[in-house]
Amino acid sequence: MGAYLAIKEIWRTRGRFLLFSMVIGLITVLVLFVAALAEGLGSGNREYLQKLTADLVVYQTGVDLSPNASRLGTSKLNELRRVDGVQAVGPIGVASAVVTQDGKKPLNVALIGVEPGQPGEPPVFSGTQLTGRRNRDAILDRNTALRTGLKVGDSFTIKSIQDAKEEFYTLRVAGISDRRQFSLQPSVIIPLLTWDKVRPQAVKGGVEGAEIVANLIGVRLTNPQDWAAMAKQIDAQVKDVQTVDRVTAYEATPGYSAQQSTLNTQKYFALLIGILVIGGFFQILTLQKVPQIGMLKAIGASNFVVGTAAIIQIIAVTVFGVALGAAVTLLLSLGFPPTIPIVFAPSAVAASIGALLLIGPIGGLVSVRYSVKVEPLTALGLA
Amino acid sequence: METGLKTEAVSKFYQMGSATIKAVDAVSIEVCPGEFVALVGPSGSGKTTLLAMLAGLLRPTEGGIKIDGRDVSKMSEKERTAFRREKIGFTFQANNLVPFLTARENVELMLRLNGKLDKAGKARAQDLLERLGLGDRMNNLPRQLSGGQQQRVAIARALIHEPSVVLADEPTASLDTERAFQVVETFSTIIREQNRAGIMVTHDLRLVQYVDRVIQMMDGNLARIITDPDEICDMATSGKHEAPAAMPVFPAKEQAVYLGEPGLVPVA
Repeated sequence: MGAYLAIKEIWRTRGRFLLFSMVIGLITVLVLFVAALAEGLGSGNREYLQKLTADLVVYQTGVDLSPNASRLGTSKLNELRRVDGVQAVGPIGVASAVVTQDGKKPLNVALIGVEPGQPGEPPVFSGTQLTGRRNRDAILDRNTALRTGLKVGDSFTIKSIQDAKEEFYTLRVAGISDRRQFSLQPSVIIPLLTWDKVRPQAVKGGVEGAEIVANLIGVRLTNPQDWAAMAKQIDAQVKDVQTVDRVTAYEATPGYSAQQSTLNTQKYFALLIGILVIGGFFQILTLQKVPQIGMLKAIGASNFVVGTAAIIQIIAVTVFGVALGAAVTLLLSLGFPPTIPIVFAPSAVAASIGALLLIGPIGGLVSVRYSVKVEPLTALGLA
Repeated sequence: METGLKTEAVSKFYQMGSATIKAVDAVSIEVCPGEFVALVGPSGSGKTTLLAMLAGLLRPTEGGIKIDGRDVSKMSEKERTAFRREKIGFTFQANNLVPFLTARENVELMLRLNGKLDKAGKARAQDLLERLGLGDRMNNLPRQLSGGQQQRVAIARALIHEPSVVLADEPTASLDTERAFQVVETFSTIIREQNRAGIMVTHDLRLVQYVDRVIQMMDGNLARIITDPDEICDMATSGKHEAPAAMPVFPAKEQAVYLGEPGLVPVA
């Protein structure tokens, strides 16, 4: 009976309900886009470290886990290798360079130097892994490949500032990995020795014979589940290093937490606005219907019927609005170029949709309670 | 089984600070099946409060109300809701219909609420609406109907589920004279035909020409019951649209009763 009344009212006053569903739809679009932006920016910041084929990340002490500030010489690699329980270590050098292509806009990339076959080198899904320690092979992450249009086997040029001059180096695409952005830049991964020559630095081609200094060291453990104890052991055994797990590493990336909390705050505010808008709408609707509800109760409609009708309407309007918003978001997202950091991760989308579906019932609680409390005496003008 | 409606010294008191307001004070009336009764009196005389108690919307402070032998005043709120749904037909002064249901759906609503909407019920709703001159307006929404048509839909809704008692609160308040007479005449005819106990609260004394008895209230008390057809006819044609608020319209002797002159016993 409640369903009958709810559906009839929605259908016969569909303009009003559609308008309101559209408001919920817009809130849905807003929430999903903010969530996708948070995910896009977040993954752009953390992707490389998050997907690192290492259990622990080693930094220099006193740099507040900033990859660019941390400097670790190759001597540290040997010390780390000697720690019991360490299976493999891989130095990781991070820098920035520009991919230049004829007729195309230059692309800023993260130039990452790794030891082939060691933690730090991403697995490729097409082409081959890095083979030589000092050749000009490179792995492009999917983002770089999409934005440059380069394919396995293609050669490309990177520009690097050395000794205050622009220097150009030609690299060859050996393989393409999944998305591995670092600090919001698409990445180009090359052998560490090559990296040390082509990265921006004060001396052209690097200083011959000098110790190669990486920024981070990825450590793979024999027993990955012992990571917490191993991190402590490494810090105790190797001087001047700070060892953390991957999550701590990417969360400490400069700006990452601030950016995520800002975007999450926006999302939560959008949800809160949604609750208030739905609450306000249904409260006004209920206030308008007090005489009608009073009459229904006077002729014998139970609180259950009146309450069910209100709940069904709230759920219907919310579900329709959220579906509408999700469909619009999906259509809009199809047109986005890879340059825009918007990622619709299924788990994040599901969580946002779940939260949006809850705002209806939460917002409408007051009006449902109000409907149930309407006195049937209202019908006689006595309440 | 005892049928119809009967009140036994039913009262409704309200406490206002230290004062007790007697909205209805020990009123005993009886309305039999097939009888149509008008409840008249000035504003504040307690007629709507009495109607609310008869409908099971208000619980009496004292006394009992029996409908079909069951004491409404002793029922729980849930039982009273179910009782209203099954045994009482109701029309109101305003906001009678559900605005988003058609005339036919509004009438069928009572059957739906009772879980008794079947083919026969649908046919009955159609017959009733046709009988009330709404055969061509059945699929119209209330906003597409005139005030008189809406009131007739409400009447059909009040009768469709074959209630024992039909209560009408100022059924003609929003209608012009001609429409008002038509509506009440049809109402009274159907109530008698279907053997329901009908009570109509009204300010308009001209409408009493269609009732069998007039129950006049004053300050919460039963002031007078008029059963003589001639007297009812006189009342209807006296030209008064409303019972005056200050003084009820009754002869000198009964006015003295109302004023509580010594030696005179109030009419029960």
